[in-house]
Amino acid sequence: MKTENQKAWFFVLPVLLLVAFNALIPMMTVVNYSVQETFGNNVFFFEGLRWFEQLLNSERFHAALGRQFMFTGIILAIEIPLGIIIALSMPRQGFWVPVCLVLMALPMLIPWNVVGAMWNIFALPDIGLLGYLMNTTLGINYDMTQSPFAAWATIITMDVWHWTSLVVLLSYAGLVSIPDAYYQAAKIDGASPFKVFRYIQLPKMKQVLTIAILLRFMDSFNIYTEPFVLTGGGPGNSTTLLSIDLVKIALGQFDLGPAAAMSLIYFAITLLVSWLFYTLMTKDDAK
Amino acid sequence: MAKITLSKLRHSYLQNPKSADDYALKEIDLDWSDGGAYALLGPSGCGKSTLLNIISGLLTPSEGQILFDDKDVTALPPDKRNIAQVFQFPVIYDTMTVYDNLAFPLRNRGVAETKVNERVAEIAAMLEVTDMLETKAAGLSPDNKQKISMGRGLVRDDVNVVMFDEPLTVIDPHLKWKLRSKLKELHQKVRATMIYVTHDQTEALTFADQVVVMQEGEIVQIGTPVELFERPAHTFVGHFIGSPGMNVLPAEIRDGGAFLQGHNVTLEGAITHQDGTPQIGVRPEFVDIGNTGLPATVRRVSDVGRHNVVEAMVGDIAIKAIVEGDAPEQGAAVHLQLRQNQTRLYRDGWIATQGSPS
Repeated sequence: MKTENQKAWFFVLPVLLLVAFNALIPMMTVVNYSVQETFGNNVFFFEGLRWFEQLLNSERFHAALGRQFMFTGIILAIEIPLGIIIALSMPRQGFWVPVCLVLMALPMLIPWNVVGAMWNIFALPDIGLLGYLMNTTLGINYDMTQSPFAAWATIITMDVWHWTSLVVLLSYAGLVSIPDAYYQAAKIDGASPFKVFRYIQLPKMKQVLTIAILLRFMDSFNIYTEPFVLTGGGPGNSTTLLSIDLVKIALGQFDLGPAAAMSLIYFAITLLVSWLFYTLMTKDDAK
Repeated sequence: MAKITLSKLRHSYLQNPKSADDYALKEIDLDWSDGGAYALLGPSGCGKSTLLNIISGLLTPSEGQILFDDKDVTALPPDKRNIAQVFQFPVIYDTMTVYDNLAFPLRNRGVAETKVNERVAEIAAMLEVTDMLETKAAGLSPDNKQKISMGRGLVRDDVNVVMFDEPLTVIDPHLKWKLRSKLKELHQKVRATMIYVTHDQTEALTFADQVVVMQEGEIVQIGTPVELFERPAHTFVGHFIGSPGMNVLPAEIRDGGAFLQGHNVTLEGAITHQDGTPQIGVRPEFVDIGNTGLPATVRRVSDVGRHNVVEAMVGDIAIKAIVEGDAPEQGAAVHLQLRQNQTRLYRDGWIATQGSPS
């Protein structure tokens, strides 16, 4: 018989308390709000699943969700291939390796609201370097406060600038772990550069790329600060992503019940898509 | 298939090599004849992998030429040389099936699919992997992976030379033996020139017809396994091959004879070199324990299974002898006889006696 030592629970307890206070209890509060209506003064009325029904049938939610998927889809479609290409063209050894790595890491070190503010000023048509160049020197009508297209182009460029480095660094780590013998064997086998990529580099990068895609999906799907500082969701509602809309409902309109319901649905979608990604991308490994 | 000639080959990993020490390969002149089975034997860092990579074209030598059938290929890249190389760690294209792995070098060269099919089937049968052809290569055991990477080398029928760079390093001991005999068998079937790089003497001696022993960027001896064992041209070869290695004993030369701790030792023949530090070399297999000879005290006896290795002290010099059957006790006073036709003088490491005319 194995003796069981229940004292081990005492080691887990501090972590459990911490997680309870910073995640479980707030989460339960949200669940609590999502089924009630309040007009302040700490008075609540039970509403059941009304907010969920209302939200799932709301055009405003559908539009924000659509914009959110469009944003995430576009930035993934740009950042993942671009990150791989940059990682492939980075030097593998020598003096330039640390230089490249530091340069790559720089954008990620800047606080998110600063990134938003930087790009805001950068893109302003009258005083910003980018805005001025586009409008005056190149003669392209570019004003993100007026044109939804310009606003989208700007938030996407900003995200690509801010986060492609993450994909680069992860892919690079995958690339440098490939032993030289693989490249040598491929040379001897007469493989073309594309085949080297397809059959050696890509398979070896697969695991880090899975992580890169997951991280970029979750981060971009939950993105708030940068587009909020840059466009404030405008012009109109054109760049009102899910999180921006959520904050508008919760703090702008102070509709705590619907906002709580939206948070839970938002959370469920993020979780579901992440799980789908992960399952699809790792299903070959199980065999 | 081709004869391979290395001519005045030198290589340094430094930009501007100055002294001889800067060269990983000092000066190599060597012919590998068509269809031979060679082993390149030497300790880690002796330059054998460098030499291999130069032959395969992965490295360009600092100086000298490589000729395949008298055609200069020094400037050609690996895929233009028609060579095959098997690496220390099995290189497998993980996402492909075993079949696609074997077909890869052929398909890259635009070989027709019917011909690919035929060759892959043939090689798979030879390697006994036919039943694995449809499985993903990633899930194979290391020895099977190594077989597949060998197969990728052998699948082309126009290969000039197949090179093995310590291919059994990651293989379990009981499978090493199997794979080694498989290799030998393959060589007999395919008749391609094969060069096998290793630091393991057993692997080298069982695989090769000719063994090239390297040390510090230089070739110290080329010969059949028997020649290397019986008449090492350098004390290093004596040390490196054999278990235990050759006894290398400090000697003194006077009156035209060699002396060991004041005792005269009869050598196999006349001394050919008069300069350099003298040492006597004799293998433990050729040291007998008898009633006359060098007086010695037994310091240690190790039973290695087949026989006993007796370590005896003559003065302050230890000499190892291999004894079949009963060995003397530790501390016993014995006499050692060095077999005359197997006792040689070395000067500065190199052999310095004339061989007996046997």
